[in-house]
This record gives sequence, C-alpha cells and structure tokens, in this order.
Amino acid sequence: MKRQIPLIIVLTLGIFFFIQFFVPSQISTNIYQTTLQWTLVISAFAIVLAIGSLVNHHMLKIKRRKPHWWNSIVTLVALVVMALLGIFGRVKGLEPLGELYRKLFHYVQSPMDQAMFAILAFYMASAAYRAFRARSQEAALLLISGFIVMLGVIPFGSMIWSKIPDIAEWIMMVPNMAAKRGILFGVGLGMTATSLKIILGIERSWLGGGGK
Amino acid sequence: MSTNIWVWIAALLSLAIFSYLYKDNPAFRFAEHLFTGLSVGYFIVLYWNNYTLPYIVTPLVNHRWITLIPMALGMMYFFRFIPKLNHLILIPIAISLGFWNGMSIPLTFEADVLKQIQGTMVNTSMLTNIWDPQKGLMVGLLVMVGVISTITYFYFSREHKGPIKVTANVGIWFVMIGFGATFGYTVMARVSLLIARMQFLFTDWIHLIK
Repeated sequence: MKRQIPLIIVLTLGIFFFIQFFVPSQISTNIYQTTLQWTLVISAFAIVLAIGSLVNHHMLKIKRRKPHWWNSIVTLVALVVMALLGIFGRVKGLEPLGELYRKLFHYVQSPMDQAMFAILAFYMASAAYRAFRARSQEAALLLISGFIVMLGVIPFGSMIWSKIPDIAEWIMMVPNMAAKRGILFGVGLGMTATSLKIILGIERSWLGGGGK
Repeated sequence: MSTNIWVWIAALLSLAIFSYLYKDNPAFRFAEHLFTGLSVGYFIVLYWNNYTLPYIVTPLVNHRWITLIPMALGMMYFFRFIPKLNHLILIPIAISLGFWNGMSIPLTFEADVLKQIQGTMVNTSMLTNIWDPQKGLMVGLLVMVGVISTITYFYFSREHKGPIKVTANVGIWFVMIGFGATFGYTVMARVSLLIARMQFLFTDWIHLIK
C-alpha cells in the first residue's frame, strides 16, 4: 500500500488534468487554478527542505573543519542576509533594508553572475579550437556556420562584406531552425512519452528503491 | 578611480571571478561561495514574494482556512526525518507529479509537436514569392527537408541503411549547421558579457575609458 496509494494519486490526477485541458468550462478552469495554487504551496515546503539540505551541508563542513570551511560561513551569512533583507525590506518603515537588498543584487550578485558567464567565453574559445578543425565534411559545416554567425553579429563582419549579417541571419532562421525544429519535435514526443509512463505507473523510479 | 564603495566591491568581485582563468585560488573560492549564498537568498525572496505571500500568508490572514490542506500536504515532505513514516513523503510528490504530468501532455504536444508541424508545412502564401530568402517556397521546402532529415537522423528504431541512411546523412548536415550556428551565437553572447564587464571595469571603476 505504501507504493500503491502514490501510484493511484498520480494516475487519477494525471488522467483528470489531461482531460481537463479539453473541457472548456469555468468549473474546469477553477479546478485547474485551485490545484495549481495548491501545488505551488506544496512545492514551497519542498524548497524549505532543499534549502535546509544546503544549510546542513555547510554546517557540517564548518563543524568538521573541512578544507576551506570558512567559505561555508560566507555562503550561510550571504544566504541569511540576502533573504532577510529581501523579505523585511518590503515592510513599511524598513525601506532602507530593501535599498540595501537592491544594492547587493546590483553590485554584488549581478556582476559576479555576469563575470561567471563571461569567463566561459575563454573556455568556449579553447573548446572551439579543438572542435572547429575541418577534419571531415560535417566538421567543416560546423566550422563554416559557426564562423559566419560569429562574424554576422559583430560590426567587423559587415565591414568585411555587407552581406555577412544577412547570411548569418539566414543560417539562424533556415537551416538552424530546421535542425532545431527536428530536435524539438523529438523532445516533445519524448516528454509526452515520459509523462505517460509516469502517469500509467510504468516509470516508477520516483518511488525510490531503483524503481522496483 | 571611482569613489563609490559599491563600484569597488563589484569590480573586486569581478576580478576575483576572473582570477579563476589563472587557477583556482582563495579569492575565487570566496566569490564563488558568496555568489552561491546570495543566489539562494535571492531565490528565497523571489519565492516568498511570488508564491508564499499570495498563496499562503495572505489567504491565512484573510481566514481562508482551506489553504491549510495544501499546507498539510506540503508538510508531509518533513516525514523524511521520521524513518517510520518516511514513505508518506511520496504523497506530496505524487500530487505534484500527477498534476504537472497530466497538465503538460497536451501543452507539450501542442507546442513541441503540433505547432512545429504547422510551422514546417508549406503554405499558399509562400507561392507569392518563391525565391524570397526568408518566406519563399524554396525556403519552406528546405526547412521541410531539414526537419524530416533531422528527425530521421535521430530515429534509431531501424538500422540506417538505404534511403534512411541517405536521409539521415542529409540530417547530419542540418544538425551540424545548426550546432555550429548555435555555438557561434552562444560564444558571441558570452563575449558580449565579457565586453560589458570590461567596460564596467575600465569606465565605471578606473575611468580609463570616458
């Protein structure tokens, strides 16, 4: 029964909300809206669990004095400060906290976020050096299309030849879109099949114990 | 040089992140952990403002006690810490899985399958200008060939030989052009972020560029 009840819940709700999509009535929409809000409330508790797990991980690191344990203090302090400032910064009379929260976002979090993604440019350039060698016909296509698109989005491309940005756009909109559409089609069918497998109880790995 | 303390903080933290290009070091680890903490804190605030306040706090303040039902279901996640009742954690998971999977089947099928088929179909408006490089009939046919051949390339239920092999090979060309274009586009997006950071450092921080 420990596993049967969750499987029955998934089957019932899965079939119900699949059919609900095709029922154009106000009652059906209301049921959908209420259940959506309920699942958001339920997921709020899952997030508490996830954050608890992160806090626990860092607390253990500090407690056991693991290598670089002082960095865990930084994470925990940053987490608590940011969360408290954001939550209490909206309370009337505590607006300066909200201002500090916005400063932390604009001058601390956002620059680091951008810098993290920016350093990827260097690693991608080194990956490109390995991948973009025209060793076969297919690799040559990869090289040429990548090169044209790179040139097409910078002013230098149009300085070489004014048509390069148009060619780059055509590559993005025609052959690239065709390939993406084919992949998306496969992804869509795969997602639908996986959802059906979960609803019908064929896919049971979420129950734990290796899906047995 | 800037006299704004926040600009200095932003600049030094950016440099701490960039220092990883040399090798892993204490400055990078500090920035990395700070970033993790702030990001989770930011996420908590986001979730609090967008979901907890409107769907939990406000209804309870307004005496809408029905909210206690999903709250009780959500609290079942904490049975994880009681070994004897550990299995009850599957109830909220089952509710979420059932709802999201049932709801997502028609939506995914519509967006990723039906709309894609619709977009690939050759239509009469394409006949007005056959050679138009964006919306012409020839482009429509090329996209159709590209989609069908790409799908064929990812079709593994039959051995790739004969006509399937030929079509799959055409599919590889489209996939390679697509991957190359995506790669180039992503690289340039990262480079533009790098340029933005450099502009910040040289303009806002040390005022070298005016």
